[in-house]
Amino acid sequence: MSAEPRTPTAFFPHKHLLGIEGLSPAEIERLLDLANHYADLPKDDTTARALLRGRTVMNVFFEASTRTQTSFELAAKRLGADVTNMSVSTSSIKKGETLLDTAMTLNAMRPDVMVVRHGDSGAVNLLSQKVDGAVINAGDGRHEHPTQALLDALTIRRRLGRLQGLLVAICGDILHSRVARSNIHLLTKMGVRVRVIAPTTLLSSGIERMGVEVFTDMRKGLKDVDIVMMLRLQLERMQGAYVPSIREYFHFFGLDYDKLSLAKPNALIMHPGPMNRGVEIDSEVADDINRSVIREQVEMGVAVRMACLDALTRNLRGGN
Amino acid sequence: MSAAPKTPKKPARPLVLLNARIVDPAGNHDERGGILVLDEKIAAIGPEVTRDNAPTEAEVIDCGGNVLAPGLVDMRVQLREPGDEHQETIDTGSLAASAGGVTSMVCLPNTNPIIDDVAGVEYIARRARETKRAKIYCYGALTQGLEGKDLVEMGLLAECGALGFTDALQAVADVMVMRRALTYARNFDLLIVQHPEEPRLAAGGAMNNGELATRLGLPGIPACAEVMMIERDLHLVRMSGARYHVAHVSTAAAVEAIRRAKQEGLRVTCDTAPPYFSLNENEIGDYRTFARLSPPLRGESDRRAIAAAIAEGVIDCIASDHAPHDVESKRVPFVQAAAGIVGLETLLPVSLELYHKGSVSLLHLLKCLTSRPAEILGLPQGRIAKGAPADLVLIDLDRPHRVDVAGFRSKSKNSPYDGRPVQGMVLRTFVDGRQVFGQQVFAQQGRN
Repeated sequence: MSAEPRTPTAFFPHKHLLGIEGLSPAEIERLLDLANHYADLPKDDTTARALLRGRTVMNVFFEASTRTQTSFELAAKRLGADVTNMSVSTSSIKKGETLLDTAMTLNAMRPDVMVVRHGDSGAVNLLSQKVDGAVINAGDGRHEHPTQALLDALTIRRRLGRLQGLLVAICGDILHSRVARSNIHLLTKMGVRVRVIAPTTLLSSGIERMGVEVFTDMRKGLKDVDIVMMLRLQLERMQGAYVPSIREYFHFFGLDYDKLSLAKPNALIMHPGPMNRGVEIDSEVADDINRSVIREQVEMGVAVRMACLDALTRNLRGGN
Repeated sequence: MSAAPKTPKKPARPLVLLNARIVDPAGNHDERGGILVLDEKIAAIGPEVTRDNAPTEAEVIDCGGNVLAPGLVDMRVQLREPGDEHQETIDTGSLAASAGGVTSMVCLPNTNPIIDDVAGVEYIARRARETKRAKIYCYGALTQGLEGKDLVEMGLLAECGALGFTDALQAVADVMVMRRALTYARNFDLLIVQHPEEPRLAAGGAMNNGELATRLGLPGIPACAEVMMIERDLHLVRMSGARYHVAHVSTAAAVEAIRRAKQEGLRVTCDTAPPYFSLNENEIGDYRTFARLSPPLRGESDRRAIAAAIAEGVIDCIASDHAPHDVESKRVPFVQAAAGIVGLETLLPVSLELYHKGSVSLLHLLKCLTSRPAEILGLPQGRIAKGAPADLVLIDLDRPHRVDVAGFRSKSKNSPYDGRPVQGMVLRTFVDGRQVFGQQVFAQQGRN
C-alpha cells in the first residue's frame, strides 16, 4: 500500500509497461522523444540525477541476464534512484507459488518500480497484479520485451530520421522470440512495413495475422529492405531439433555480405545480442562500422530505460 | 459387477411427486403427471399418480409444473480422493454433484494411490456408500501406475465394480499396449476410455495452436493431435471389435472421424464437456489460467462443430470433466498452471444454453446427460421407468441466475464461468427416492 496515489499521468496513461501491444502510436512517440532527450544528456546531468532521488527501483530477474539488468541498473542510477538487483535462481521458482510469494515479499519493501524478467510468457503480467508499484517487463518468455523494441526504434530513428515508410526484415528464430513480437507490434503501429524471415520450423503459427509478410527464403526477404534485424538462435535449438545443423542454418539464414547485398545499399544491421558469430551473423558483417548499429543499440538501451522509468514515475512526482 | 455403490437402507418412506413435467429421454416421454416412489424404485408414473391415491404415510411434494428428469449421469469426474483431499473429497464432490443435479458419476483413476487394483476400486465403493449422496463409481487405470506399459487386472477390477478402463489424463502412447488393451477388453466386453491426444505432438503445449498462442507467446497444441490419436485407435478397434469411448472431444476433425467410425459400425462412443461447446480460446484473454484445459479450448469453428455434433447425435454424452484445483495450482504463470475446471455445478445450466438457444430439444439434451451415458456405462439408472432407481432431478428450466463460484459446494473454485448469466436451476435432487439436495429458493433470490 504505497502512500502516494497511483493515478497514471496523461503523458503515459498506464500503470505498468508490460508490452508494446497495448500502447498507442502517440504514446510510443512520446517515449521515444523522451529517450532521445536522455540519449543526448551528459551522464552526470544534475537535473536528471535528482529526478528519482529517494525512489527505489528493484531489478528482479527470474531468468539470467547481464546486459539488460546492467542497462536498467545504470538507467536507474543516472536518474538518482536507489537500485537493488535480485536474481532468483531458476530452481527456486520451479514452483509457481514462489513467484507470487516473492512478488509480495518484495512489494512489502515498497519499491516504486520493479523491473521484472521471467522465463514464462505472462508471468510479469501476473506479478504486476499483486504489487503496488509500477512494473516494467524486461522480457517474459516468448511474449514481449518492450524496452528492446523501443531501443531498436530509437536507434533506427536517430540513424534514418524516421520510422514511417521504412522496410524492416526480422530474421531468425521468430517462434521463440519475444524481441520479434515486441518489434512487430511497435514497427507495424508506427507505419513500418515488416517482413519476418525464418526457416519454417522457427516460424510461429498465424504470425502473418500480426501484419507482417512472411519469407522462408532470405534472399527474397532481404530484397530492398532498409533494416536487417537479426535474432539470436539458442544453441540447444540448432542441433537437430529445429534445424539440422549450424552449418546448414548459416548457409541459408546467416547474414553475410552476399545476402546483405540484396538489401538497400546502406541498409543497417541490428542484433539484440548476445550474438552467435558464424551462426546467425558473419563476424565481418557484425563488425562493419558503416552498417552495423549493434553497439548503438546497447547505448540507446540505457536512454530508453531512463525514459521508461521517468514516464512510469511521473505520477509520484505530481508532474506531467 | 455386483458391488456397485449402494446407498444405505433407511426406513423407506414412500415419496409422491405431483404436478411435474416428466421428461424421460429413454422412453422419449414429455408429459405432465406425477411419480410414486416405493422402496427406492419408481413404482408408478403419469397422470394416474395423484394426491388422492398416494399412500397415507407418503411424503408428497408438489413440483409446481417444473421439469422432473432422471438425475444426471456424469461419466467423467475427478474427486481427488484418495491423495489430494485439499482440492476435493468424495464428500464435497458428492455435495457438489447433488447441487448440480448429478446423481451418478464416474471418477477417474488418477488418484494417489492410483486406482489400478481391486483395493482401489473397493475403497471408492466404500467411500461412496458412506457418503450417501450421489452414486459414485470409478474407472480402473488401463495400465499399472498409469505408466502406459502393463495392463491392470481388468477382469477382476470389473467384477469389483470398475465401469471401464482409462489412463485418465493421458493417452496410451504405445500402440502395441493399446492394441493388447483393446483386444483383452473384448474378452469381457469392457469399455476402454481414451484421452485423445497424441502426446509427443502436444508435448510442452499450453493452449490451442494458432494466432492467439503466437501473440501470447505460449507454446501451442495443434488441433490435429486429437484426431491423430482417435484415428490410430480406430484401426485397433476395427481389429479387436472392442468398445471404445473417446473422452472430451473438442475438434471438428475428431467429430468427423467418429462419425465415419459409427457409420462403419464400429463400437465407438464419445462425450464432450461444456467448455468445448460454450467457450473458445479467446477466453484465455490475458493469461487467465482458469481457461487452461486439457484438451485446450479451441477456435470458434471447432466450438461450433462440437455444438452441432451434440445436436446431430455424433457426440453421445456431455460430461462435466470436473477437475478441482486449489488456488496455488492456478495462480501461477500460464504454462505452469494445472489444466481443468470444476464442472459439476455448471454442467446442467451451461448445457441448457444449447436448449435455450434452440440448437437441441430438451429431450435430446437430457439424453446426453442421463440415459445415453447410463447405457454406455451399463447402469440401470438414467431413465424414468417402472422399477428403475428413483434418481431424479427437479429443474426450473427457465429461471435466470448468475454462476456464483462463492456458492459452490465443491472445495475448489476454479471455474471460468463465474458471473456468467445462465438459465435453468436445480430445485431438488433425489437419489433412490431420498432428497439429497433442495434449493433454498428464498436465500437464492436474496443473493441475486
